[in-house]
Amino acid sequence: MIQLIINGQPERLEQALTVHALLEVRQLAGKRLAVERNGEIVPKGRHAETLLADGDRLEIVVAVGGG
Amino acid sequence: MNDSLVIAGKSYGSRLLVGTGKYKDFDETRAAIDASGAEIVTVAIRRTNIGQNPGEPNLLDVLPPDRFTILPNTAGCYTADDAVRTLRLARELLDGHALVKLEVLGDPKTLFPNMPETLKAAETLVKDGFDVMVYCADDPIQAKMLEDMGCAAVMPLASLIGSGMGILNPWNLRLIIDQATVPVLVDAGVGTASDAAIAMELGCDGVLMNTAIAHAKNPVLMASAMKKAVEAGREAFLAGRMPRKFYSADPSSPTSGLIGS
Repeated sequence: MIQLIINGQPERLEQALTVHALLEVRQLAGKRLAVERNGEIVPKGRHAETLLADGDRLEIVVAVGGG
Repeated sequence: MNDSLVIAGKSYGSRLLVGTGKYKDFDETRAAIDASGAEIVTVAIRRTNIGQNPGEPNLLDVLPPDRFTILPNTAGCYTADDAVRTLRLARELLDGHALVKLEVLGDPKTLFPNMPETLKAAETLVKDGFDVMVYCADDPIQAKMLEDMGCAAVMPLASLIGSGMGILNPWNLRLIIDQATVPVLVDAGVGTASDAAIAMELGCDGVLMNTAIAHAKNPVLMASAMKKAVEAGREAFLAGRMPRKFYSADPSSPTSGLIGS
């Protein structure tokens, strides 16, 4: 079990997942989004190889309407 | 006449840039943007739902980046660090896209720019390879600092964001325009079509607006009006207005050949 903060919310995962696997579980895979882990961008090309660790802070963002 | 707006080496036919916020739904967003003729559209960057709402429509499906130049903003950021982080996420989101709108706000009541933080963020972003269009105060000294730092465009407010109060200090805008070697766009404050025309007649290179269109009673019709106003204002600027004559009229019809003379 690992604990993460995703978009400011505490979340538990039964096991350590990659960024890609997390996006799949949350039905976000393939969507236009960007991921930051502990203040650093995780490029799309590295989602499949980036394993999340206990205590990670993730930001997962999209484009929304704005001026 | 070729009169394109060139920003960071890329030419645009439209001098009207529009935001995508405050619309009723994505259909209205797209219809208004089509009516505006805008090629550059701003978007905000926000946390996504993380699985609570699968299938939620995505703005970039309505405004495909191969059709529009997407201009991610840092609306809501109050520090240089948050603005820089947001735009690095935007660059990742948009596959390396470098053109961004920087805004670092000073206070939630006025949404006036925090210029020290804006200058700090601009410096970092320019060094990091971004093409920075920057929302700023209508202060010619700081506008020049941003330009000298390498910003792609300076975008002073005409009045407060979302206020619709129009062009409150045309003299300051003129000072900024007259000295600038990068495009100057009015960003914020336009309320109706004549405001956009006035900005362009002053010599602005473009106008960026959101609320004036989105909060009109008929946003699609207002978008069309804004398109015409920006074009009309630009043509009037290029044509060169007649000199103002104070305290004396000048008849338009011949003064000779009147009957009974």
